[in-house]
Amino acid sequence: MSWALFWEWLIKSLVLIFTLLIGFGYLTYYERRLLARIQVRVGPNRAGPQGLMQWMADAVKLIFKEELTPAKVYKLVFFFAPIVTMAPSIVIAAVIPWGTSFSLGRRVIPLYLADINVGVVYLMSIASVAVYGIVLAGWSSNNKYAMLGGLRSTAQMISYELTLGLMFVTAVLLGNSMSLVDIVDAQRGMWIGVIQPVGFLLFFIASLAEVNRHPFDMPEAEQELTAGYHTEYSGMKFALFFMAEYQKMIVVSMIGATLFLGGYREIWFLKDTFLSVDRAWFLGPIYLFIKVFVLLGIMIWIRASWPRIRYDRLMNLGWKILIPLSLAVIFITALGILLDNYWIIPILSVLAGLFAVTVVYRDLRRKAYERV
Amino acid sequence: MSVFEPMVELVRGLAITFKQTFFNPVVTVSYPEQKRKVSKRYRGRHELKRYENGLEKCIGCSLCAAACPADAIFVEAAENTDEKRFSPGERYASTYEINMMRCIFCGFCEDACPTEAIVLGDNYELSFTSRRDAIYTKEMLLETVPSSDMTTPRTVEPGVFTRSVPEMKDPQD
Repeated sequence: MSWALFWEWLIKSLVLIFTLLIGFGYLTYYERRLLARIQVRVGPNRAGPQGLMQWMADAVKLIFKEELTPAKVYKLVFFFAPIVTMAPSIVIAAVIPWGTSFSLGRRVIPLYLADINVGVVYLMSIASVAVYGIVLAGWSSNNKYAMLGGLRSTAQMISYELTLGLMFVTAVLLGNSMSLVDIVDAQRGMWIGVIQPVGFLLFFIASLAEVNRHPFDMPEAEQELTAGYHTEYSGMKFALFFMAEYQKMIVVSMIGATLFLGGYREIWFLKDTFLSVDRAWFLGPIYLFIKVFVLLGIMIWIRASWPRIRYDRLMNLGWKILIPLSLAVIFITALGILLDNYWIIPILSVLAGLFAVTVVYRDLRRKAYERV
Repeated sequence: MSVFEPMVELVRGLAITFKQTFFNPVVTVSYPEQKRKVSKRYRGRHELKRYENGLEKCIGCSLCAAACPADAIFVEAAENTDEKRFSPGERYASTYEINMMRCIFCGFCEDACPTEAIVLGDNYELSFTSRRDAIYTKEMLLETVPSSDMTTPRTVEPGVFTRSVPEMKDPQD
């Protein structure tokens, strides 16, 4: 290993980490501003120009807050739980490519930290680790609310991870590789999200549940569990949970953009124009940013629009609707690839999706009649 | 169609928030930069009024202090002379203090005043950092002089300003 390679990795890691950390700050700002706009308010606009420095003020506030450790907590686990939650949310971003490559002198520097040939499996495994932090935080706090929040969170994340993983499989089938770089390259002609719209939708729903966002924010349902698993945390430890949550949002959006929306690639019909990333490498991060920005915007929009789903319905939806539908979608995808007729994939999968919607409808109606 | 009701309802919810975002103007009044107009009968900080000739309307009768349910007003009167005249009539308020921490802005002082000297204005930006600053003195409450030669006290011709309470019509508002 040469020193140049070492420095390359170091600098790229630092860029990635700081992008995520600052991205977290600006994501909170983005969320507050957009949420405010949806509610016909202005939102934070005092700290810095247009409130752009608000995240810094919040960070300083959180750092200098008193850190309270309740008397009967399991100290070691209580201390490590935020770290265990926080670390995977950064580490997971290592395999996501954010551009093609550029040459610096004679050296060609690819714009990704690691191209693991089983990148998708890496994503799945790291995403599962994050559950530990939450459940351990809930358990070690010695608080009923935190415990329930942690348990709910585990149950929910494990249930929806299945759908998430199955949707990774559709992307792998259509991308014909497990490496994220190859999957992005395979989307040169057409985005996977267009070939398999239902798959993308399922991925998005599952990712909302995975990062505990509305309408699946069971672990933190204030009305039911005060604050959920981080009830007993304060100061910087709470800030770590907060950061982990928002970084997971960013990372999940990055994964969604990479697997289904062409990653750092341009829209497919621009592939031979000067807007293509093959012509200008610096457009790669910009395209990825735009896609992530839009996906995060949709997440915030959903938060502002939809009520929280009831817990038993969440589980019903996850196990009885989404997983069968995911399996059907995988089957349809495989069928389309086998018959070499890609156009039947969207048609059949949309039909399958509509069938799932009718099942939801019948389920709701049956319950409504039972109640009367 | 009703089979797809769950989906339609979700999309309808999104449409409402979307409309709010792009077609509704923001209702927030950005306070220090933008100020909302107060109503005509708003009861803000008190003002001690003057006549058009610059003499103070307040004659130091202490009726406002008597009417004040919060006991926020303190008035001390002194004698006017034609050489040093503050207000028409015999007496003027040499000290006039309102403790803004006690004042409840009920407007009874305004009603009690026989000369319409004290009026609750539209200034609501009352902030202070100590108890001492909460006491508004006469200089702070008194209206600005209409022109520089109309200051009080001033020397006037004897025998002109003998009547302390002016002749007034019934109040309109």
